[in-house]
This record gives sequence, C-alpha cells and structure tokens, in this order.
Amino acid sequence: MKLAALTTALMGAALGLIFFYAPTDADQGFSQRIFYFHVPIALTSYACFGWGAWKALRYLRTRDERADLESYVAIHQGVIFGALTLITGSLWAKASWGVWWTWGEDQLVLFLVLFLFYCAYFMLRFSVEAGVQRASMSAVYALFGVVLIPVSFLAIRLSKKFIHPVVFTSHGPQMAHSQFFTFCVAWAAMLALFATLYRVELAGKRIDGHLRELRELLS
Amino acid sequence: MAQAVPSEWQYVAGAYLVVFVAVLAWVAIIAAKLQRLQRQLGELVEKARDRG
Repeated sequence: MKLAALTTALMGAALGLIFFYAPTDADQGFSQRIFYFHVPIALTSYACFGWGAWKALRYLRTRDERADLESYVAIHQGVIFGALTLITGSLWAKASWGVWWTWGEDQLVLFLVLFLFYCAYFMLRFSVEAGVQRASMSAVYALFGVVLIPVSFLAIRLSKKFIHPVVFTSHGPQMAHSQFFTFCVAWAAMLALFATLYRVELAGKRIDGHLRELRELLS
Repeated sequence: MAQAVPSEWQYVAGAYLVVFVAVLAWVAIIAAKLQRLQRQLGELVEKARDRG
C-alpha cells in the first residue's frame, strides 16, 4: 500500500515536472518531452530482465520454486515495459524523424530483438509441463537473454549513424540540470511502478498457487 | 497573446496516453483476478465447512 502511494506520488511529481518545469528542448522542441517517459521505461525494462535473470540464477543454484515464479513475473513485467518502450519510441520517432520505424538504426533493431527474445520466453515456458524441467529451461533461457541487455544499451554508442539521440555519454548526461532532475524523478516513478506491479502480480500468483494446493487437498 | 499549440502535441499526448491506458488495463486485469480468487476462496471455505 505504501509502495503504491509512493508510486502515485512519484508519477504525479514526474508529470508535473515534465509539463510545467522542464524547459522545451531547443533542438527537438515539444516532442522531446516523450524522452522523460520513453527512456525511463526502456531502462526499467532492462532492470526487469536483469532482475528476472538474477532470480533465474538463484533458482538454478537453490532449486527454490519461489525464485522461478519471481523470475517469471519480472520477465512478464519486462515485456510489458518493453512493449511500452517500442510504442512510445515509435511515436517519438514519428514526431522527430517523420517515420514510425527505421531498420537502419542498431538501437531500435536490437531492442526489438531483445523484446522478441523475451516474448519467446513465454512460448518456451508454456510449451512444457509445469515442474522442475520447465523451471530449469526457463531459468537458462532468462540468463541467455540478459547478455543482450548490454549489447542493446551499448549499440547506440557503437553505432556510426547516431540518428537516435545520445544523452548519456562518458562525459555525463548531455542535458540541462532541470531536464536531468526531471528525468531522474520520472525514472524513480517508473522503477516504483515496476516494484508495485511486480509485488501485486507476485502476490496474486502465490495466492493462486495456494488455492490450487488447497483445492487438491480438499478434493 | 495565447501560446501556439506545438504541431507535435498529438504524438506527445499519444505516448503518455498509451502508458496511462496500459497501467489502467493492468489494474483492471488484476481487479478481475482478485475477484476470481475471492470467489474461489469462498467456494473452498464452503467445501471445508461441509466436511468439518
């Protein structure tokens, strides 16, 4: 409950800062305001996949069923945030570049590959009967996917084209202090949103599991 | 003098609306799931009472 309240407060603060505090970007104009949601959502999806991989590793080490469920829920959240990254990015691309999508941009294509890789996680998971085999296969798959995260993150910096804007370089964030502060609040709001959704979904799945167990005991 | 509305406002509005709708849909799904769990729990309590 406290986490949900914190998420609501952070989200409200982020929206206020985005539309009433952060200055309009001199280069990209009003459409740059998509950045304050698009980039935090993308970074949160990386965090979800990373958390899912960490839980997968824990499952492989301990064989604890709870870690398998936690890994699954984190990846599920990551896919939701990933889909939102692609949609908000596409809208920003249309506003800035005049196109919805471009196959020539490494960053975009690699993020799509990462997203599709984790979409396939569900196909793998639900094609195998529930049990140790399914949990192990899912965990190994989740760990493989995490390798794509640094590749996707660094692609923009290694790319020679640079159509996609580079904000975070080795010299720090390339934006005004007010913009960076707004970005940080928006990112905190997204991470809090992830934490809230993760906890609620996990609680639902655990209750579901307990009810199934109870039904078997009573039948 | 009124400030001119930026031409790309619909894309910005669209981006924020998509996120809002996604969160709203998620809350609706969780609310439906919660109702189902509540109903199932009620059925199991009834079953346990009949037994005991």
